[in-house]
Amino acid sequence: MTEKPNLKYIKEISGGDLIFEEKMLEIVKNELPEEIKSYETFLKEQNFKQAAEIVHKIKHKISTLGLEKSYQVAIDYEEELKKKITKSKTQFDTILKVMVNFINQY
Amino acid sequence: MKSIIIDDEEMARAIIEQLISKNKKLSLVESFSNAIDAIKYLNQNTIDLIFLDIHMPTFTGFDLLQTLKNPPKVILTTSDKNFAIEAFEYDCIVDYLVKPVTQKRFDKAVQKATLFSQASNVESKSKETEVINELYVNIDRRLVKINFATINLIEAKGDYILIKTDGKNYTVHSTMKKIEEKLPDDLFLKVHRSFIINTKKIIDIEDNSVLISNNVIPVSRSNRPELMKRLNLL
Repeated sequence: MTEKPNLKYIKEISGGDLIFEEKMLEIVKNELPEEIKSYETFLKEQNFKQAAEIVHKIKHKISTLGLEKSYQVAIDYEEELKKKITKSKTQFDTILKVMVNFINQY
Repeated sequence: MKSIIIDDEEMARAIIEQLISKNKKLSLVESFSNAIDAIKYLNQNTIDLIFLDIHMPTFTGFDLLQTLKNPPKVILTTSDKNFAIEAFEYDCIVDYLVKPVTQKRFDKAVQKATLFSQASNVESKSKETEVINELYVNIDRRLVKINFATINLIEAKGDYILIKTDGKNYTVHSTMKKIEEKLPDDLFLKVHRSFIINTKKIIDIEDNSVLISNNVIPVSRSNRPELMKRLNLL
């Protein structure tokens, strides 16, 4: 997975509004770790439906951070989870790590 | 256009709020993180446009649309492309935005909503004129219906107006100005400060007067050109 998160989309819609840019990063920083925790718990409990719900939420953050290919992985993974399949789990988990590393820089 | 956002994700709401702030046609009235609060608000307030997420826990965007009797225009905002077909089963939905939404795509959707809204306004206005064919007047604490087509003329009588119809005359406590506002322009014309006539009932016109039924009504000089315009002259 060579894709790196970026602020291209956030900057595009901010139109130079730094407060908005900070707000967006703040939301990801606050919500993502919690969502990852819930996702892992639901998977442990084999509650695939709820795990898929969390992936759905994270999916939007993936696209907001400019991760286009990863976004497709998340779409596929969400569908897999609805069918109780976890084929794309490793790939998705790598995306989460990349995102957490990126957001921790701010 | 007055708009609201309904989306359970804070990030999604923040993005739409930002996009709205950059669009001159829109103003944001409220943001809701769940459909139930939004329904309560919509039952008491009138807005022009909803930015609505479909995928929300317990009560989805489609559930919300089914509960609204007269929904305003709706632009769906979603991460799922799969709902597009279902979305267009709703007349109120004007566009379908897949997240992440760009400003350009957003503005295009708003433009569509504006056009749809204008078209609906024209439609409802024409419906109004089609539907209202009568007037209710208060006579001795009774509301009496008078069909426009039966009115010959209206005459000012101090604090009252006299409505003369084919079969009956009604004296009503009102003013010429008030009744003029209620009458359809295409049928009625004020020909004198004390007289409004039904132009369809004119029998003939002579100098500065018109004959309606057996009433000779004066036409003031300033109102004569408008009267002449209404006539299908040979």
